[in-house]
Amino acid sequence: MSDVLERVTKIVIEHLDVDAEKVTEKASFIDDLGADSLDNVELVMAFEEEFDIEIPDDAAEHIQTVGDAVKFISEKVG
Amino acid sequence: MFDLTGKNALVTGATGGLGNAIARKLHAQGATVALSGTRENVLQELADELGERAHVLSCNLSDAEAVDALPKQAAEAMGSLDILVANAGITKDQLLMRMKDEDWDQVIRINLESYFRLSRAALRGMMKARWGRIIGITSVVGVTGNPGQTNYCASKAGMIGFSKSLAQEVAARGVTVNCVAPGFIASPMTDVLTDDQKSAILSKIPAGDLGSGDDIAAAVVYLASQEANYMTGQTLHVNGGMAMI
Repeated sequence: MSDVLERVTKIVIEHLDVDAEKVTEKASFIDDLGADSLDNVELVMAFEEEFDIEIPDDAAEHIQTVGDAVKFISEKVG
Repeated sequence: MFDLTGKNALVTGATGGLGNAIARKLHAQGATVALSGTRENVLQELADELGERAHVLSCNLSDAEAVDALPKQAAEAMGSLDILVANAGITKDQLLMRMKDEDWDQVIRINLESYFRLSRAALRGMMKARWGRIIGITSVVGVTGNPGQTNYCASKAGMIGFSKSLAQEVAARGVTVNCVAPGFIASPMTDVLTDDQKSAILSKIPAGDLGSGDDIAAAVVYLASQEANYMTGQTLHVNGGMAMI
């Protein structure tokens, strides 16, 4: 498990209060993990804080799954 | 009831009569207060008088960057920011036909835009904590209108609309957003009115008297309290019956 995936997973579990096994790379925040639009905004802000990066709004719109987040963050932090 | 022990509050415009009364009452209910305003010596005097649980943070609300940074400074000084009271405001009265761009801009910037900036910056911590109180001090004239105050009334009506929208966005996170709308309140501004002017004003107030800063502060304390957790998106009108809305 990559470091980014591990940290993203931890944030998602904490924030959405879901079981760890549900947080797969394919899991959609809204459809599978019960997030609402405000949760999505909060998750993005939590990722920004955790990885010290900025996620612009148009990129944030495309971050729908755990995998999307990991991919975007991995590219950003190199 | 209305115990605020352990809560940390930021009050803008704490140098003014209303802000002073609000800060005192929040403090008296047990809250720690961060006092913000432009005149640091006045803030410091109030902080000294309050003693423990009082911090001074001077800030010019027409400076966007300074406003953005203020909630964070407050959270750093107090440990968190649980209650935001956006009280600072200015007037630049003029009939619309004579109103200058800068009179309009300044009033909107300081009264309305700073409310947006302060709220946005304060929200992050409140959302995480799943608890927060945002309270905007608006005005009865934001609802009734008043000739000579198109800019001021627009800014105050804007605060109400802003609060209703934000209240809906964050209600599920334990954060409430409300306004208090004072009517005519005794202040240095009303002290200089002539007896004729005063009686003309009082004839429109069923309660027969001007309000006090404490009348407004009591409404703020209620909205800030745990007891008001089901109250959001509302405007409490405190005006002696001058306008019943």
